[in-house]
Amino acid sequence: MRITRADRALRATRAIRTPGGLSVRLDVRAFTVVVLLLLAALAASVVLIGTGDFPIPAADVLKTLLGDGNPGQEFIVNELRLPRVLVGLLVGASLGLGGALFQSISRNPLGSPDVLGLGQGATAGALVVIVLMSGDAAQVTLGALVGGLATGLAIYLLAWKQGVHGYRLVLVGIGVSAVLTAVNGYLLTVSDIIEASRAVVWMTGSLSGRDWSQVWPLLVLCAVLVPLVLVNARGLRMMEMGDDVSYALGVRVERVRLLLMTAAVLLTAAATAACGPVSFVALTAPQLARRLTRSPGPNLLPSLCMGAALLVTADWISQWVFGADQLPVGVVTGVLGGVYLLWLLVTERRAGRI
Amino acid sequence: MSADRTTRSGLNNRRSTVNRLSADNVTLAYDQRVIAEQLSVGIPDRSFTVIVGPNACGKSTLLRALSRMLRPSRGRVLLDGQVIQSMPAKKVARTLGLLPQSSIAPDGITVADLVGRGRYPHQGILRQWSAEDERVVRESMAQTGVADLAERYVDELSGGQRQRVWIAMALAQQTPLLLLDEPTTYLDIQHQIDVLDLCAELHEEQGRTLVAVLHDLNHAARYATHLIALRGGRIIAEGAPNDIVTAELVEEVFGLRCQVIDDPETGTPLVVPAARRARTEAKVAATEAS
Repeated sequence: MRITRADRALRATRAIRTPGGLSVRLDVRAFTVVVLLLLAALAASVVLIGTGDFPIPAADVLKTLLGDGNPGQEFIVNELRLPRVLVGLLVGASLGLGGALFQSISRNPLGSPDVLGLGQGATAGALVVIVLMSGDAAQVTLGALVGGLATGLAIYLLAWKQGVHGYRLVLVGIGVSAVLTAVNGYLLTVSDIIEASRAVVWMTGSLSGRDWSQVWPLLVLCAVLVPLVLVNARGLRMMEMGDDVSYALGVRVERVRLLLMTAAVLLTAAATAACGPVSFVALTAPQLARRLTRSPGPNLLPSLCMGAALLVTADWISQWVFGADQLPVGVVTGVLGGVYLLWLLVTERRAGRI
Repeated sequence: MSADRTTRSGLNNRRSTVNRLSADNVTLAYDQRVIAEQLSVGIPDRSFTVIVGPNACGKSTLLRALSRMLRPSRGRVLLDGQVIQSMPAKKVARTLGLLPQSSIAPDGITVADLVGRGRYPHQGILRQWSAEDERVVRESMAQTGVADLAERYVDELSGGQRQRVWIAMALAQQTPLLLLDEPTTYLDIQHQIDVLDLCAELHEEQGRTLVAVLHDLNHAARYATHLIALRGGRIIAEGAPNDIVTAELVEEVFGLRCQVIDDPETGTPLVVPAARRARTEAKVAATEAS
C-alpha cells in the first residue's frame, strides 16, 4: 500500500489502544522531553545536595538517599539539604505549571504570573506581615499566600467581562502589578532597617534554610492540583483555537478556565509563599519546554518538569559560583530569565512574529 | 448503541412537522444593545439555508444564537425539541457544528493535528485517539481536498486552503447540522466558489443540514435551497430563492434598486444593481414627488 502524506501526518499522533476500545494519545517527542527533563532535574538535585560547605560526592549522596550512608552524611543530606532541594523542585514545578496554564489561558507568553503581578501580590502580603505586624516566618508565609490568592482573585474579577480574554487579562494584570509595586515601595520606605533587610531577602526569592515543614504543604497541594489540571488539559488544548471554536466543540469554556486559573493561582501563590517571588521561572519554563517539544498545545507536563529542572539548576549555580547561601536563587533565575526573554524577543522579531 | 446512533444523528426526522433546529420567539442582545426582538426561525431539515441581509442586520447574531454561542435574553433555541443551553455541551457538539468567523490556529500546528481536534466531542479521558477518530480525520481531509497538505503548518497555507482546513475540522465533528458564519469572506472569487461547491456537496451527497451566513446575494441565490432575508433583526422574507428573490425584495432589504434576471448558468435569480445614473435619477424623482 502506498504511504500518503495523510498517513505520515497521522502517524505523528500515536496512541496506545486496548482491545476494549480504550485509547491514550502519546506524543513521542513530548514524552521523551519529559523523561529527559526529569532525569536532568534529578541529576541536578543530587549534585546540589552534594554542594555546600561540606561537599559530598554524588555517589555518597545517592547511597545516603537510599538509606545506606554514614550518620554524619545522613544528617546533612536528609535533614539539611534534601528538604531544601525538594522545596526547590516543588516550587519550580508549581511555577512552571502555573506559568504554562496562565500563558495558555491568555494565549500570550506575557500572561505569566510574573507579569500579571501575582508575585507582587504575594510580596505585598509578606511585607504587610513583616513591616506592620513583625510576624514570624510562618506568618510571613501565610501573608504571602493570602496576598497571592487575593491578587489572583482581583485580576480575575477585573478582567472578567463576559469571559476573560487574553489581552484584557494581561493589561489588567500589568495595572494591578503597578499598583502593588507602589504599595510594596511604600511599605519598604516606612519600615526600619532590620525589617527592610529581612523583607529584601524575602523579595529576592531564596531557598536557604527551608526544612521539611515547607515541603509537606507544597507536596500535598501539588498532589491534588497536578492531576486535576492534567485531567482538564484536553479542554485547554481546544481553547487555544479561540472561545468560539472550543465552545462549538463542546468544551465548557468558562468552567474549564475558572478551574484552571484557580489552580494556577494556587500553585503560584503557594510556590511564592514558600520561597519568595523567584522571578522568571513561570515565564521561561513553558517557552523553553515548547521549543523542545516543538508541539502546539499547553505543554503542561514538559513545562512542569522544565520549571523543576531550571530552579534546581539555578540554585546550584548560585551556590557553586558564589558559595553557600551567598546569593539567593531569585537573582540567578532573574538574570537567566531576563537574558532569555531578551533573546526570545530578538529572535521572534526576526521571525516577524512580535 | 446503533439504535441510539440513528436517532441521535437521524437524518430522517421523527416529527416531520418540527424542524430539528429552531429559534422560538428569541430576543437577541449584546449587553443592552438589542439586535433582534421576538424572532422566530425554523431551519428546514436537510436544507442548505442561507441567511442574507445588510451589514448589522443581525444575521451573524442569529447564527450565534442558533449555535448556542449567544444566550437569548428572551425566548429559546430548540435542538431536537430541547432547549439547547440545557443540553450537555458535548452532546450538542456531536449534533451541531459551527465554523465561526474568527478562529485562531495555534502557532506551529499541522493540518492533520488541527483537523484531528474536531474529534474532541467524540473523545474522553480514556478514549483519546481511537482508530475511528483516525479514519474520520482522514476522510474529512480527503473530502475537503487537504489530504496532501496534512503535514504542512496551518500558518503557511493560503487563505483558501486554510478555510478548507477549518471546514475539514468541522466535518471531523461528524454533525448532521453544520453552521457556517461567512465562510467565503476574504477569499477570491475562485476560492469562494470552491468553498460553496464543497458546501453544496456536503448538503446534496451527505444529506447534512447547512446554515450559512453569506454576503453575496448572488451566491446565496445560486446555492441556497432556503433563503432567509433579514433586515433590522426581522425576517422580511423566507423561502426558495426562485420564489422570493425579486427586485422589490432586494430594494426593501438592501435599499438597492436593481433588476433580477435569470442566471444563465443555473436559472436561479441573478441580482444586477441598477446603473448609478438610474439610481440617482430615481432618488431625485422620489424627493421631488415628496
